[in-house]
Amino acid sequence: MKKIADKTVRWVLTASGFVTSVVILLIIGFLFTEGAGLFGEKVIEEGYVLAVNKDNPVRVLDAAQIKAVFDEDMTNWKEAGGPDLPIETFRLEDMDEYFTEEQLGPQYENAGTLITSLVASSPGMVAFVPESMIPDDARLVFIEDCNISPEEVFAGTEWYPTATPAPLFGILPLLAGTLWVSFFAILIALPFGISIAVYMSEVASERVRGFLKPVIELLNGIPSVVYGFFGLIIIVPLLQQVFGLPVGESGLAGSIVLAIMALPTIVTVADDAMRNCPGALREGSLALGATRWQTVARVVIPSSMSGIASGVVLGIGRAIGETMAVLMVTGNAAVVPHSILEPLRTIPATIAAELGEAPAGGAHYQSLFLLGVILFFITFFINLCVEYISSRNRAKNS
Amino acid sequence: MEKIEARDVNFYYGDFHALKGITMDIPQNKVVAFIGPSGCGKSTFLRLFNRMNDLIPGARLDGKILIDGQDIYAPGTQVDELRKNVGMVFQRPNPFPKSIFENVAYGLKVNGIRDKKFIARRVEESLRGAALWNEVKDKLDASAYALSGGQQQRLCIARAMAVSPSVLLMDEPASALDPISTAKIEELICELRSQVTIVIVTHNMQQASRVSDMTAFFYMGEMVEYDDTRVIFTNPSKEATQNYITGRFG
Repeated sequence: MKKIADKTVRWVLTASGFVTSVVILLIIGFLFTEGAGLFGEKVIEEGYVLAVNKDNPVRVLDAAQIKAVFDEDMTNWKEAGGPDLPIETFRLEDMDEYFTEEQLGPQYENAGTLITSLVASSPGMVAFVPESMIPDDARLVFIEDCNISPEEVFAGTEWYPTATPAPLFGILPLLAGTLWVSFFAILIALPFGISIAVYMSEVASERVRGFLKPVIELLNGIPSVVYGFFGLIIIVPLLQQVFGLPVGESGLAGSIVLAIMALPTIVTVADDAMRNCPGALREGSLALGATRWQTVARVVIPSSMSGIASGVVLGIGRAIGETMAVLMVTGNAAVVPHSILEPLRTIPATIAAELGEAPAGGAHYQSLFLLGVILFFITFFINLCVEYISSRNRAKNS
Repeated sequence: MEKIEARDVNFYYGDFHALKGITMDIPQNKVVAFIGPSGCGKSTFLRLFNRMNDLIPGARLDGKILIDGQDIYAPGTQVDELRKNVGMVFQRPNPFPKSIFENVAYGLKVNGIRDKKFIARRVEESLRGAALWNEVKDKLDASAYALSGGQQQRLCIARAMAVSPSVLLMDEPASALDPISTAKIEELICELRSQVTIVIVTHNMQQASRVSDMTAFFYMGEMVEYDDTRVIFTNPSKEATQNYITGRFG
């Protein structure tokens, strides 16, 4: 009887462990396959073509060039390696400017032929039209549609996932936004965190510490949306006034909110590390005529360095993955920031803001998964750092 | 000449009366051993000489302790200056998590000495003085934790001696060491007595008889007997001392 119970328990434990691991692996696998799918997508929207006059020698445009052409940033075929000829663009929305309603017919049944002849007669024209509208016998050429390349994703400086005809998925602005915000958050949180930890472990009486520590740990439990709200109401207007900014929503606002959010982690871990500093080391230092502060600065902090460092890295980990609070205060401009006082946008905020409007399975949707993969790698790397630092710590203490 | 004078010292941990009316004189450049069973107050008494007990909340002292005629508990006493003059070696080796060189240089640096040449010279002198120089001279930048326990304890002695104290307190300095390391520490104590007054707490009576000039026997917070080591170990005047050194209790 006992044996059967024993076996059942073992079986249940094994099964639950196995199922959990499989589910986690499946989630990661899903993330990766969806993310990698982006590179199988075409640059130009599905079902559409870019048609040009048959005399135009330009056959290849990359996504950034297509966008420049249709934004009228690029106005001459010369810039795309073609002849010296002004570029004219044609979208379906422009139809009314070229043709009358009688010409088009009540059901727009003549649109295809009309557009075809328009492009055929104007050498500098490029038309963004549905493939099905172009008659089979039309003497037009289409711009070659290539796959989205890793280069334009990982080295691209523009994130316009909803642009037509060719969306841009350059992740650099988002990556830079994430790193800037996190970096400044740590820069702010570190001095405060360490001073609070030193105060709590070295200066505060047991009673003060007994009160302060739970309060600081309580900060961990506040939902991030509340922090975001606080940031939006207090920090954003404050920054706007102090720095005279046109808008207060900026990377710095995000950094400050994140710093406040990372503080409890840093303080708790650093305080524990410093309290675990052996009393013998303190006594040794004091017995040599060092003052209390010399002891803290030269012995306690260095010997708790690995504990403090893991607190900081855990804090960074939280800052990098944080979504809501950052989304609310950073202004969400997907451009590579030149200063921390400009609006910027982070990877998690992008995923949260855009996933709802991205059609499932499309390039935009897949690009968000790719962002997820990148975030996964960043936090994975950070966790490895924590693991490394604390394993070194264990080795030193044994 | 008396180096340390204790006058009617009473010490309390909260309500606990740990030291009861101790009066003793410790002469200059002698080695004085404190012996007695665990909990008898000998370590507590030792730690009064460099005010290490200040760190304990709720501790209280009555009476006077004078070093070189100065009351070290007088208001306005610079505790860090006192501790520079009264070095201490602890029961377990407690090197800092720094290099060997930095460990010895630590006391000099916290006392405001910046002169690199002077520090390097003092580090070498101290390590030689602690009979450690030949073992570590090629790896001064290595972590102190790479040394053996006995070497670490000698490093701690070098560290204490680097700031040129006139008194060295040793709280069971060899109790965590093997016999060979212990012998080296004892040898060192005999060499150092020309430079400093040494007060050593020990559980090991052979050690007390080997290294000390005078021995004090403590029991239950009182100093039972204090005399030349030879007298204490051959012809003690109190029965309790006799019983303790012959191993009948303790």
